Amino acid sequence: MSATDNRFTIHVATVNGSGSQTANTTLLRALFQMGIPVSGKNLFPSNIAGLPTWFTIRANDQGYVARHKRYDLLVAMNPETSVSDIAAMEPGSVLVVGDGLPMPAVTPDRTLYKVPFTKLIEPLVADAKLRKLVVNMIYVGVVSWLLGIDPDEVDRALTGQLGRKPKALEMNRAAVHVGYKYAEDHMKRTPFQARRMDRTSGRILIDGNHAAALGALFGGVTFLSWYPITPSSSLAEQLEGLLARHRRDRATGKATYAVIQAEDEISAIGMVLGASWAGARAMTATSGPGLSLMTEFTGYAYYAEIPAVIWDIQRIGPSTGLPTRTSQADLLSVAFLSHGDTKHVMLFPATVQDCYEYGMRAFDLAERLQTPIFVMSDLDIAMNTWMSEPFRYPDEPWDRGKVLSAEDLARIGTFERYRDVDGDAIPYRTVPGTNHPLAAYFTRGSGHDEQARYTESAEAYPRVMDRLARKFETAKTLVPAPLVEAVPGAGIGLVAYGSTHHAMAETRDRLRADGLTSSYLLLRAYPFPEEVERFLRGHERVYVVEQNRDAQMASLLRMEYPELAGRIRSVLHYDGLPIDAESVLSGIRTSERAEVTTR
Amino acid sequence: MSTTPNPNVNRIGLTAADYKGSKSTLCPGCGHDAITGSIIQAAFELGLEQYRVAKLSGIGCSSKTPAYFLGRSHSFNAVHGRMPSVATGVHLANRSLVLMGVSGDGDSASIGLGQFCHLVRRNVPVVYIIENNGVYGLTKGQFSATADVGTRAKSGQVNEMMPIDLCEMAIQLGCGFVARSFSGDPKQLRPLLKAAFSHRGTSVLDVISPCVTFNNHEGSTKSYTSMKEHDAPLHEVTFIPHFENIEVDYAPGETREVTMHDGSRIVLRKLEEDYDPTDRMRAIAVIERGRVENRLATGLLYQSAGKMSLDQDLELIDEPLSSLPLERVRPPREVLEKIMAGLMTGGG
Ligand SMILES: Cc1ncc(C[n+]2csc(CCOP(=O)(O)OP(=O)(O)O)c2C)c(N)n1
Ligand code: SF4
Ligand SMILES: [Mg+2]
Repeated sequence: MSATDNRFTIHVATVNGSGSQTANTTLLRALFQMGIPVSGKNLFPSNIAGLPTWFTIRANDQGYVARHKRYDLLVAMNPETSVSDIAAMEPGSVLVVGDGLPMPAVTPDRTLYKVPFTKLIEPLVADAKLRKLVVNMIYVGVVSWLLGIDPDEVDRALTGQLGRKPKALEMNRAAVHVGYKYAEDHMKRTPFQARRMDRTSGRILIDGNHAAALGALFGGVTFLSWYPITPSSSLAEQLEGLLARHRRDRATGKATYAVIQAEDEISAIGMVLGASWAGARAMTATSGPGLSLMTEFTGYAYYAEIPAVIWDIQRIGPSTGLPTRTSQADLLSVAFLSHGDTKHVMLFPATVQDCYEYGMRAFDLAERLQTPIFVMSDLDIAMNTWMSEPFRYPDEPWDRGKVLSAEDLARIGTFERYRDVDGDAIPYRTVPGTNHPLAAYFTRGSGHDEQARYTESAEAYPRVMDRLARKFETAKTLVPAPLVEAVPGAGIGLVAYGSTHHAMAETRDRLRADGLTSSYLLLRAYPFPEEVERFLRGHERVYVVEQNRDAQMASLLRMEYPELAGRIRSVLHYDGLPIDAESVLSGIRTSERAEVTTR
Repeated sequence: MSTTPNPNVNRIGLTAADYKGSKSTLCPGCGHDAITGSIIQAAFELGLEQYRVAKLSGIGCSSKTPAYFLGRSHSFNAVHGRMPSVATGVHLANRSLVLMGVSGDGDSASIGLGQFCHLVRRNVPVVYIIENNGVYGLTKGQFSATADVGTRAKSGQVNEMMPIDLCEMAIQLGCGFVARSFSGDPKQLRPLLKAAFSHRGTSVLDVISPCVTFNNHEGSTKSYTSMKEHDAPLHEVTFIPHFENIEVDYAPGETREVTMHDGSRIVLRKLEEDYDPTDRMRAIAVIERGRVENRLATGLLYQSAGKMSLDQDLELIDEPLSSLPLERVRPPREVLEKIMAGLMTGGG
C-alpha cells in the first residue's frame, strides 16, 4: 500500500438542485462499504436551486473525519465556479472537468481530464430534464475508475438508494457504466487508490439531526413543536416521520404523540412549556434567530422550574446570516438566555452518537432538574454524514424526575412546590389533573415563595434565587462528564467541544510528530463538572479550540475559574466552514512559538 | 336527575365558596372582579371538578384573576400575550383537562394577537375569556387595540384607529362558539360561561369589563355608563346542562334552542328580532351594524359544532399523553435494530 492509498479527498462542484446528492452518496457509501473510514460534507447555499454547491468526501484510513482543506480530486460540473474551483487545486491533484466549462490555465503538475458529459449522457436518456439529473452518475463512474473503487460496491450503494425504483436504477446504472468505461479508455488511475480494508464493518452512516430524532423517539418524546429554520428543520421533520411510523397505538391506531408546526418560535417554546408543565416529554428544535424569540419563555422556565428540551442547531448570524454555514457562536447567549439572573444547562454533542444519546438523556435531565436543557448541536454535526457505531438500545428506564402523584400526596400529607426537601435544591412538582386537594399550585414568573404564592418579599426572592443557584451546582453532578485523555508530562492541554472534536485527534497526532505531547478534554456540558477544573490545574497552558470569533467557551471557563484564567489560550475558527486540523495546528504552533520566545 | 335538593351545594357536594381563590388585589369596583364572581358561580352551578381544570393566563390585571377563583385548580400565569401557546401544549399533553384561558384586550388583541388567531384556527378546546376594558390597566391606562374610534383617554388623547373586534375575527377564523357579554350583566354572562364549557373546541367570550381607574370616565366607550346605554342584548340566554332535566316555560315560537356536544342546551329567548346564532354571515353583519349604529350586540353571537378540535385533528389516543408508561412510548428493540441495519447497508 502506498502512503496515499485510502487517504484522499474528493471535491464535487455542482449546481444546487441538480440532483447530485444521489451521486455523491453513492461514492461515499461505496468507499464506506470497502471498509474505509469516510465523512461527507455538503457545502450548500441558502437557495433551493441554481446556486453553486459543493460536496466533499474524505476517505482516511486513520479515521480522521474532520474537514480536510486540500482536495486531491476535483469534479467540476458548474460553469459558474469552475474557474475558481480549478484554480484552488494544488500540484499533484487530479481534475475531472466538464467539457466546455470556463477554465483557468492548468500547469502540467496537475492531471486534467475533460469529460464530454453531455455527449455521453445523450444516448442514454431521452428526456432532457432527466438527463440533467442522471448526468451526475457519469462522474460517479469516472471517479470510481480513477480511484479504484470496487464497481460492485458502487452498484450496491446505488441499489441501496434507488432499489425501490427499478426504472431509475437501470438508467443510473447505465450512466455509471458509461463513465467508468470512458475513464478506462481515456485516463490513468490516480496515485491515490481505494483499497479494501476493515475499519467500517458493523458501522452506520448518519447525520446528526437524524441521530437526534432517533434519540428523541427512543427517549419517549410525546410532544414536539417547532418552526422551520435551517439547519434544525430536518431534525423536526425526521422526528415527525419516525413518530408517524413507530408511535401509533397498536390497538387503536391512534397517535401517542403530538407534533405542532407552530406559528413562530415564541409559540413553539410556549407549547413546549405548556405540554411539559402538564406532564408530557416535550421538545423543540431551532437555530439562532428562533432562540432570540424564545428568550422570555426560557427565562420563565428557568424561574418557574419547568422542564424543556431545546435543540439549537447553530448557524451563523441573526436574520438570514449565513444560514447554511456552521458555527459554535450561540454559547454565551444561550448560557444566560433571558433577562434577570438566569443560567442554563447546555449539552454539547460532538458525534452523531452523542446526538442520539442526548436525544434521550436531555429529557431525563430536563425532568430531573426541572429546567430547560439546551442541546448545542451545529450545522456540521447535524446535516453532514458521519460514521458511527450503531446506536445502543436504552435498557435503563427513563427518569421522569420528582413528580408527586395523588397517592404520594395522600401518603406524605404535605406539598410545597418550591421547597427544597431533599437538600439537592430540586423541589417536587405535581401535574394538573392530579386528583388530590393538595396538588394544585400557581405557576408564575413573578415573585413566589416556597408555596408558589405571589410575593414581593425581599427575603423570599433571594431565597428562591439562591436555591436555583444551588440547583445549578446539582446539575454539575448530573450532566455528562467530560471525556479526558490525560497524558502524563504533556506540554499542553487541549479543550474542544461539539463538532470541533473531530479535528482534534489529527491535530494531536501531528503535534506529537512535532515533538509536542498534549492532553485532551472533550467538554460535554455546561455547567462544568469538576473534572474540568482538575484538567485546567493540571496544565500550564490550555488551548480551547472553538468555532466562533469571541472565544465564547474560553470566556465561560474564565468566568467559572477566574484564578485559572491565565492558563487559557484560544484557537478560533469562524469562517463558516467546518474546522480542520490544519487550522488548529497553525493556531497552536503560532501561539507556542510566541510562548517560547517570550520566556 | 332532578335539581339538587340543597341549593347551596352542587352536584358534587361543594358550595360556591369552594370555588373561590385568594382575595382579589384589583381596584375596588374593577369589572374583572365581577367576571371572577360569575366564573365562580358558573363553575359551582356546573359542578366542575377543580382538579380537572387548568387555568391559564397572560399578563395584565385581567390575567391575574385566575388566582381569585378555583383555588384547587392548577394555574399557569404565562408571559404577556403568549398564553394561547401554553394552552395548546397543555391541551395536547392532557386532553382530559378542562382549560380556562383568561386574558385582556392588550394581552389578546395587541401583543398576543398572533397567538390568539392561531389558537382559534387550531380549535384548541379552551374557554377563552377576554376581559376587555379598552386599555392596558396594569401599565396605567394606555389605549389597547380594542379602543373604539373617538374614545378619549383620561389624558385627553383621542383614539382615531380602528378597533380590533376579537369576536368578528374569531368567527372569521372558524371559531365555533363566540359570545360577547358585559361584566355588569351576570344574568347573561353566567349562562354563556356555562355553555362555553360544553363546546368542544375554542370558545371565545369577549366580556366588556370597565377599568374603574383608567377608563370609566365620560368619553370612554368601555365605561359602566356607556355600556348601560349601548349594550344591545340579542336574546335572553338560559343554559340547561345535560345533567339537569328542566323544561323552560316559554310560549312556542318565542325561543330558539341550540344543543351542544354533550347534550346540554342553550335556550335563547327572542328580544327585538329573531336572531339565529348559527348563521355566520348574520353574526358578522350584526357586529358590523353595531359599529355603525353605535350599539354593542351581546349574547351568543355564533355557534357551530362542526369543526374538529385539535386533539381530534391530530388523532390523539384517548389517554393523556402525559401519563403514558414507557413501554407505550419507547418502540421495541427490533425497531432500532432494523433502522441501524438500514443505515449500515444504505437501504434505510
Ligand atoms: C413583553 C412584555 N411587554 C410589556 C409588558 C408590560 N405589560 C404588563 S400588562 C400590560 C398590558 C395589559 O393590558 P390588558 O391585557 O388589556 O390587561 P388589563 O390590565 O387591562 O386587564 C403590559 C403592556 C409585559 N409584562 N411584558
Ligand atoms: S387598573 Fe383598571 S383593570 Fe386594573 S385592577 Fe384597576 S380597575 Fe381593574
Ligand atoms: Mg385591558
